[in-house]
Amino acid sequence: MQPLYLTGLSIVSALGAGLERTFAALREGRGGLRPNDFEPFPPATWIGRVDGLESAPVTGGLARFDCRNNRIAQLALAQDGFEEAVARARERHGAARIAVLLGTTTSGILETELAYLRGGDTGKALAARDYAATHGMFSITDYVRRRLGLEGPAATVSNACASSAKVFAQAQRLIEAGICDAAVVGGVDSLCLTTLYGFRSLELLSESPCRPCDEARDGISIGEAGGFALLEKSPPRGRAAVALLGYGESSDGYHMSSPHPEGKGALLAMRDALARAGTQPGEVDYINLHGTGTPANDHAEDAALYALFGDAARASSTKGWTGHTLGAAGIVEAVIAALCLVHGFLPGTLNTTRPDPALHTRVMLESETRTLERVLSNSFGFGGNNCSLLFGRFA
Amino acid sequence: MRVHVHGVGVVGPGLDGWAASCEVLAGRASWTEAEPRVPVPRMLPAAERRRCNAAARIALAAAEDALAKSSWPLSELATVFASADGDGAVTHALCESFAAPEPDVSPTQFHNSVHNAAAGYWGIATRSSRPSTSLAADQDSFAAGLFEATLQAALDPGPVLLAAFDLPLPHPLSLMRPRRHAFAAALLLSGAPRAGALAALELRLAPGGASGALPKALEALADNPAARSLPLLAALAAGSEAEVDVGAVGGSRLVVRCGR
Repeated sequence: MQPLYLTGLSIVSALGAGLERTFAALREGRGGLRPNDFEPFPPATWIGRVDGLESAPVTGGLARFDCRNNRIAQLALAQDGFEEAVARARERHGAARIAVLLGTTTSGILETELAYLRGGDTGKALAARDYAATHGMFSITDYVRRRLGLEGPAATVSNACASSAKVFAQAQRLIEAGICDAAVVGGVDSLCLTTLYGFRSLELLSESPCRPCDEARDGISIGEAGGFALLEKSPPRGRAAVALLGYGESSDGYHMSSPHPEGKGALLAMRDALARAGTQPGEVDYINLHGTGTPANDHAEDAALYALFGDAARASSTKGWTGHTLGAAGIVEAVIAALCLVHGFLPGTLNTTRPDPALHTRVMLESETRTLERVLSNSFGFGGNNCSLLFGRFA
Repeated sequence: MRVHVHGVGVVGPGLDGWAASCEVLAGRASWTEAEPRVPVPRMLPAAERRRCNAAARIALAAAEDALAKSSWPLSELATVFASADGDGAVTHALCESFAAPEPDVSPTQFHNSVHNAAAGYWGIATRSSRPSTSLAADQDSFAAGLFEATLQAALDPGPVLLAAFDLPLPHPLSLMRPRRHAFAAALLLSGAPRAGALAALELRLAPGGASGALPKALEALADNPAARSLPLLAALAAGSEAEVDVGAVGGSRLVVRCGR
């Protein structure tokens, strides 16, 4: 497929707001997880929380969109000159030629949950809210397209933890078909009771900071995050660029909340991403794993990796840095992949000390500095929906 | 973009499957407002029939209806599921459980709460490895789903199944979003022509404007985003050449020309 260049990029996670803070945290070895201090959810766990959201409401003409999820979006849009990059693209292509495709799993559900939790007249509290602008799944996409003044095709993709990876595939299709010249992709997920209690009910929520691929791994740490990428056909002038070279999408066809034990769908997604890019497994310099830290995910992903790369894969998981940001994991790790390519830096697997000897892949525990040309990023979700993205660097 | 229709499914009030609903949809018989009868999807194994939620059930029921005469193996179909609101009953049950003194959340309710639950059950039923995409675009979710399914069918050789569905939300969520009836529609699409196709669709984006009206008799379904498919279903049922508006895609209208 034709490469799509990342001509704008922005990120907010527990590592901080903006590319610079994110990269500084990775380089300096500062993880973003903290003991749970998210008040509506008392159980002991570690979370990746974005600071300052409580005092940063969405105001002005779009105030009806105010909710925790869109506050993260607002913060992310303000980083890294992203809005300015989109404004320039709008000048070049026209607002109707730029799509907005964003992933989320729980949108602005937190405020609905809190209305139930507070008791009293729940109905009155709910009736006062704008459902479509906050709770509804389209809320995030509608907020961002209005904020950026874009009129191209717009949809929310909600395929669990693959959501904000799959948007890259959709954008590529729209641009390939000649319907759009550019797309804003990405996604946001925010802390809420549905996911915290939900993963706890499945006994997949660790009480410690998550330890992907460790022999003692015992579940995920949930994080919140948001990020965006502007995708265009032409490279930015006069600077090194990162491009999407390939994508692969598949399904496990196996179980609602457990991955296929041999990583069948994961393997298909990775293989398809490489095939679309015309890249051989040996040309992939680094793999950013889905690597959630659950026994089942890391085992299944390892089986798929081994089938494709043998034991030669250089891989790590960054979930120990940011937490598992669920519907935002795809964009968070796409941004990390871009940072890896630009800076020649590979983050280690934070918190992991004893790699599981049952896994073939020797995950990197420590960060490394080396030149990279091709990086693969995996995102797999509930419902068995998988997506792999291949990114490359152009001098 | 051009795409061929090989099957249509519909489940809604007084609309018990495509074959039984064509006369009503074509305006040749009158519509009776009745509780939707949602058949249990035969494709689901017994254990999944018990676990699966109302949203997945109606989506798969419409899908099965659209596939009634299809000879394609189910595992060859890529899928697109479109819904504004997913399953409000699951959201309500989860929110109630959080508010209990000792929150006790059902793992099944949690995995049913994901917007792509229907995609998950489809995968289990078909053992399919084909990609599946779950979309939402509020009132225009059907248009978003049709647009994406057509795009996939136009670019890739394989068939694509689209299912759009939305359900009434229970009280008190219904105060935020009132909805009278459940409704689901499904279309089996392919980019390449093939014998036995019911119709060909030509999709284009047109400058913004008013939304396409529902067939007059079916205006009681106007609060269900999946029912924005009805102008297209009516044209397909009538078998005539027609141009219909099925909602917005971003800032444009999605106009579908329906012919042979």
